[in-house]
Amino acid sequence: MNQREKKIVTIASAFALTFGIAPAANAMHIMEGYLPPMHCILWGAICVPFLIAGYLSIKKTLSENRKSITILAMAGAFIFVVSSLKVPSVTGSCSHMTGTGLGAILFGPSAVGILGIIVLIFQAILLAHGGLTTLGANTFSMAIAGPFVSFGIYKLCQKLKVNKYVGIFLAASVGDLFTYCVTSVELALAYPSQTGGVAASALKFLAVFAPTQLPLAIIEGILTDVIIMCLETYAKTELIGLGILKEEEN
Amino acid sequence: MGDKKKTIIILLVIAALIAVIPLFTLRGAEFGGSDDAGSEEISKITGTEYKPWFTPVMETWIGGELPGEVESLLFCVQTGIGVGILAFYLGRFVERSKHETTEKKTGA
Repeated sequence: MNQREKKIVTIASAFALTFGIAPAANAMHIMEGYLPPMHCILWGAICVPFLIAGYLSIKKTLSENRKSITILAMAGAFIFVVSSLKVPSVTGSCSHMTGTGLGAILFGPSAVGILGIIVLIFQAILLAHGGLTTLGANTFSMAIAGPFVSFGIYKLCQKLKVNKYVGIFLAASVGDLFTYCVTSVELALAYPSQTGGVAASALKFLAVFAPTQLPLAIIEGILTDVIIMCLETYAKTELIGLGILKEEEN
Repeated sequence: MGDKKKTIIILLVIAALIAVIPLFTLRGAEFGGSDDAGSEEISKITGTEYKPWFTPVMETWIGGELPGEVESLLFCVQTGIGVGILAFYLGRFVERSKHETTEKKTGA
């Protein structure tokens, strides 16, 4: 990032902070009209600096390595595919994966914000799945909070010298689960329980989402591993350019 | 290479099993969306049926709820776009690496 870009991110962050001090940084697709207008604006404002940082990060990656645009398109396409597949789960209800772990590992967490919001807008407008008013909250949980956790876990596993595929698996699946944790908190902030407040109601939402999402998170971890294995075999040059593979591993 | 192929196939089978087994073990379950389960939970907490204050734009445009079949069509379009891009680039990568290996052979 150059000086001017840094300034933009700082200003945007300050903007978000002034608007978003109250809600703690913590919720997947909340349906259209289910959050009070004030919450919608707050979550939207919080997303802005992340999206700007994401745009700049993508621009930087592409200017350094033009070829990585194909991998970026594939990471975005992966989110498109898995978030359209509603999978039956052990609790007798269906849910879908987020697919954001792959992009976070390959391009860093902020870049995924941009990829995620494209999918969310598509679903909100055409499918009445999620919503335009809840776009900010959904973007924050699926395209920002989840990827950041994925990226953190991936880096941590690298430091601890955990097997690479195990690290990728954990990063993708925990990021997926975390997305639903954040969704629960977002809903709880809007609908605190009369007896136990926000915490009690967050636990209630989590109790609905978590058991459904757990098996899906495992599937997501597996699929992310499979995609990375394919890329390692066929797109070595691009992965080396992104710093995922090292030259000597050739 | 052979090992990797095996691992990938085994992993994909496991993923497919995790997705399909609930269908067989939970006979008669409804398999509604967990997003809907969330809105039920909201009704429980607030005690009243919650009325969303904003209807999805698509429903406003067509003046009603999106028909189930059309919804599945749009979901398939989404999957199709994604798979198309993934398959196109992966195919290119595969062909390229084939090309590279044959070039190396002929060069050496």
